[in-house]
Amino acid sequence: MSVNFIALAYLVAAVFFILSLKGLSSPTTARRGNLLGMLGMGIAVSTTLTITGNWVLILSCIAVGAVIGSIIAFRIQMTAMPELIAFMHSLVGLAAVFIAIAAVNNPVSFDLPEILPAGNKLELFIGTFIGAMTWSGSVIAFLKLSGRMSGRPIVFSGQHMLNLLMAVVMIGFGLWFFFSETTNWTAFSTMTAIAFLLGFLIIIPIGGADMPVVISMLNSYSGWAAAGIGFSLGNPMLIIAGSLVGSSGAILSYIMCKAMNRPFLSVILGGFGSDGGSQGVNDDGVQKTYRSGSADDAAFLLGNADSVIIIPGYGLAVARAQHAVKELALALHKKGINIRFAIHPVAGRMPGHMNVLLAEAEIPYEMVQEMEEINSDFPNTDVVLVLGANDVVNPAANIPGSPIYGMPILEAYKARTVMVVKRSMAAGYAGLDNDLFYMDKTMMVFGDAKKVVEDMVKAL
Amino acid sequence: MIGEVDPTIINLTIFVLAVFVGYHVVWNVTPALHTPLMSVTNAISSIILVGAMLAAGSAEADWGAWLGAAAVVLASINVFGGFLVTQRMLEMFKKKDKKGQA
Repeated sequence: MSVNFIALAYLVAAVFFILSLKGLSSPTTARRGNLLGMLGMGIAVSTTLTITGNWVLILSCIAVGAVIGSIIAFRIQMTAMPELIAFMHSLVGLAAVFIAIAAVNNPVSFDLPEILPAGNKLELFIGTFIGAMTWSGSVIAFLKLSGRMSGRPIVFSGQHMLNLLMAVVMIGFGLWFFFSETTNWTAFSTMTAIAFLLGFLIIIPIGGADMPVVISMLNSYSGWAAAGIGFSLGNPMLIIAGSLVGSSGAILSYIMCKAMNRPFLSVILGGFGSDGGSQGVNDDGVQKTYRSGSADDAAFLLGNADSVIIIPGYGLAVARAQHAVKELALALHKKGINIRFAIHPVAGRMPGHMNVLLAEAEIPYEMVQEMEEINSDFPNTDVVLVLGANDVVNPAANIPGSPIYGMPILEAYKARTVMVVKRSMAAGYAGLDNDLFYMDKTMMVFGDAKKVVEDMVKAL
Repeated sequence: MIGEVDPTIINLTIFVLAVFVGYHVVWNVTPALHTPLMSVTNAISSIILVGAMLAAGSAEADWGAWLGAAAVVLASINVFGGFLVTQRMLEMFKKKDKKGQA
């Protein structure tokens, strides 16, 4: 097939990818968008098949991947979405490294000159180290998100200096690779090994609460890795698709940082949630008092309210309580109570996670509102029910000097009555005590979110 | 003029323009769909499959081709897993729409 025709087919595929992202601007067009994305991928893959050999090998490898991928996609629990995404980022990173190694080994199969020109070497170097860091960083993110590794930040003195030193050494080996006249495997493999190690080291100091940023950042990296490989192979479609993903991840990281009012750099340098922990607990030494009640008491209050806002947090996802919450919402709705859900941008473990969980439970779309839409309604709300959320409703965000000062919160404290369902009085991820829990109008309901909500439904 | 330009410069042009397109398209994505956005971008970034296929399809079937084959498996997991899980999530949002209209 002619080179021009292939380039045009790739252009069509790239346009479909853009349209698939554009579709996500509304839930009604999103499904069509996703189908266009699949179509784009189909065009790209079948076009590539026409210029490559070893069809049997390639198609059987695709079949293996298709089976594994499909099984994962259908079996995965919606609560486990963040781990799945981290896992998939790691695959892109590793694939990028494999391709780069194959390209260094045999440039001719990619239509590159036998002896790699300097420009291609530089691009391969960039693609490889981003890919390697994406892989190892995503593995750590996966282990942390799936609870196989503690979410606590791992910090040691001189950590940032070590990382910086390693980055410099890595770039040094990259330059050696770049300036060598023949293929310098020593430089290339040392550089790749350091990049893998650096990926691990960069993610370990970042705590569980910052995972939404990390996962968005790795999303961005995986795109840049694809774009980097696109540069090395001179393939515009890889560059376009990679850049789309890269900028998407970057925007999500920005949105997440903004929602936590934390500068991106401070998230990346990590350590948050380790030193804040002790400070919140022994605040002023005075034992603060709080009011607690049973699920029946809570149900009574809910039943007599005119308007209720439910604030779901990660605790709801952990308890898998989304279906019970839907029953509660429907029961209240039947009584003619104005019931709505308020979603904080960082609720859950990744951007938009809570919306997916509520959608899974078939909670009607118009009941679910974003922070900006609903914040002004709290003063006119009778009852706010906080389910497994903590930092996102902490009024300490309004107090200068607090570690979370300036973070936009859901203003639950302005409502007439607040009910908080929690397992214990333990502090949230930021390690801070929450004054909302000690207010006169607040009632704590202790227990597993799912059990408590089910009891509430029974009592109604 | 374009014939004399270094291909890297052309690639750079494509890159910069694509970043701008991505930037503007993604800002329009509704926050409720940020998780599907992430899974679909994940699937799209496995476009790297194209590079993997070129490596696996090399005429000389040396270890580089096998490495390419491994990359094809990894990237395909992502293509199918990413698009299908996105579809599954978006179906959930569809059910909700129907409810809203009813």
